[in-house]
Amino acid sequence: MSAAMDTESTYSGYSHYSGHSKKAHRQGRDRHKSPRSKDGSRSEKSVTIQAPPAEPLLGNDASRVEEGQDDNWGETTTAITGTSEHSISQEDIARISKDLEDSVGLDCKRYLGLTVAAVLGLLVFLTPIAFILLPQILWRDDLEPCGTVCEGLFISVAFKLLILLIGTWALFFRQPKADIPRVFVFRALLLVLIFLFVFSYWLFYGVRILDLKDTNYQGIVQYAVSLVDALLFIHYLAIVLLELRQLQPMFTVKVVRSTDGESRYYSLGHLSIQRAALVVLENYYKDFTVYNPAVLTASKSRAAKHMAGLKVYNVDGPGNNASGQSRAMIAAAARRRDSSHNELYYEEADHERRVRKRRARLVVAVEEAFTHIKRLQAEEQQKAPGEMMDPREAAQAIFPSMARALQKYLRTTRQQQYHSMESILQHLSFCITNNMTPKAFLERYLNPGPTLQYDRDRWFSKQWTLISEEAVTSGLQDGIVFVLKCLDFSLVVNVKKIPFIKLSEEFIDPKSHKFVLRLQSETSV
Amino acid sequence: PAITMLSYFIFSFQQRIEIHKLRQGDNLILGFSIGGGIDQDPTQNPFSEDKTDKGIYVTRVTEGGPAEVAGLQIGDKIMQVNGWDMTMVTHDQARKRLTKRNEEVVRLLVTRQSLQKAVQQSMMS
Repeated sequence: MSAAMDTESTYSGYSHYSGHSKKAHRQGRDRHKSPRSKDGSRSEKSVTIQAPPAEPLLGNDASRVEEGQDDNWGETTTAITGTSEHSISQEDIARISKDLEDSVGLDCKRYLGLTVAAVLGLLVFLTPIAFILLPQILWRDDLEPCGTVCEGLFISVAFKLLILLIGTWALFFRQPKADIPRVFVFRALLLVLIFLFVFSYWLFYGVRILDLKDTNYQGIVQYAVSLVDALLFIHYLAIVLLELRQLQPMFTVKVVRSTDGESRYYSLGHLSIQRAALVVLENYYKDFTVYNPAVLTASKSRAAKHMAGLKVYNVDGPGNNASGQSRAMIAAAARRRDSSHNELYYEEADHERRVRKRRARLVVAVEEAFTHIKRLQAEEQQKAPGEMMDPREAAQAIFPSMARALQKYLRTTRQQQYHSMESILQHLSFCITNNMTPKAFLERYLNPGPTLQYDRDRWFSKQWTLISEEAVTSGLQDGIVFVLKCLDFSLVVNVKKIPFIKLSEEFIDPKSHKFVLRLQSETSV
Repeated sequence: PAITMLSYFIFSFQQRIEIHKLRQGDNLILGFSIGGGIDQDPTQNPFSEDKTDKGIYVTRVTEGGPAEVAGLQIGDKIMQVNGWDMTMVTHDQARKRLTKRNEEVVRLLVTRQSLQKAVQQSMMS
């Protein structure tokens, strides 16, 4: 049975002490190690888009991104690869820096967008200060004296700029956690709006004030104050558009994993499809149990056996009627009275029993092992009879007594490749340190947990592709279906609108709760 | 056949039963039990076809008693007693009307489901 199970990297984790050999096994799987991977510290998910070929922008990238996938995908791809949330316009950047990105790689595009936004932000921030200072520098002598009113306005400008700075820092200066295919529409709109706004202010300033050398300093300062006020309002608009609008739940999405049908429901607000995909993926890592290909071999072998027993002979002469042949095979397979359902039933019952037996042995072994450890209190530590051990040594001491039972259990539930001996020892010392009971220690091994719990090498799912019939920057609508595909499986996402709820009220007077006895008496006459 | 059908029609699903009360000590008994009434719960009546029917039904017939001798059957709905209507009375009123001390004979008008069904079937055939 182990030969059938271990189709992937086959090692029982107990024979490896270093992580080095683990990496060697993983080489074969990581066909998608793009240049992005040198940023190993960030947990990035690159999401590339595959949409109907409406705007073929960057044909070059298609070949690079699509390596390792089917040939068909290359034809229908309009591969826009990772831009960051701060890029202004995908088209502009593409046309300006096409060679740049080809040679330097995908990271640079994100940093380019980031720097442009940062420069714009700095410019916008310094504009009111410039408005106030330029007249002082250029024509100080002609200015009308402006006493306390101006000083009051200076203070208000200073504080408003400080508030703006803090607000922008809180809202925008966040580490981007994902690469998404298309630019965020709202962010782009806001950046354009800010740019136009500040540009028009500078235009007015340049034409009316600098050229004419206006001497009404108070007016100039008030002009600068109005700019800062307007910037604060744009910041408010940014909060509403980017943060608040998404919060109220409008849609329920159902996410189904294609390999084993595990499904979850999430509530989302008004998001674009790409952002909804991001939310789904973030929740995928913590909610779905880890993808285990070893569990699927049984159903695959069953499926193979179904059609294996039939052969089609063409008696009527030449002529390749392929569809007729396959239809005949399907009909014959359906009519054939096979007992595969029987097999499945007994196999599953048998497996269930075996798992429970092994689990019972494991629980007993672990409980017994934990009784050998006793935590020393502080005063006992001075007068300890035997040698004292730190958690790691204690773990190593009791591990051998439970190792066999644990290994057998992991093999039966086909989880053995997810846990190496080193990781088990670490977890054991962690549990001992934190006074956990045997059951708490076993919680991690008895049932498969979410993907985040395991080593990153085991994830099988790091690079995702968003497949959608609608444009990915369009908002969610009722009935939209999109697919998040990674190498081994895909997540099918179905969007449903939360129904409009008509809630009416009914008042019940507490005194109106009255009751009668309902009898059926029988009288003899 | 037409005349038999007509005769069934005239008596219109109902049957008249005359019970002679039996004297037992100080009491006059009829030998059956009643259930139902407008103050009772009609849904608990096992004999009624329509569970909102609050009429008086015969729930038990003692063996060998005057009611059985007269032909009263369990499940009969009593429509009239000596001319008094019994379809809209309380349980206690029904009991009183049946157990008047100065009456020795009571004439009941009852309707029976089996009778209804038999007539309906013969009408349809």
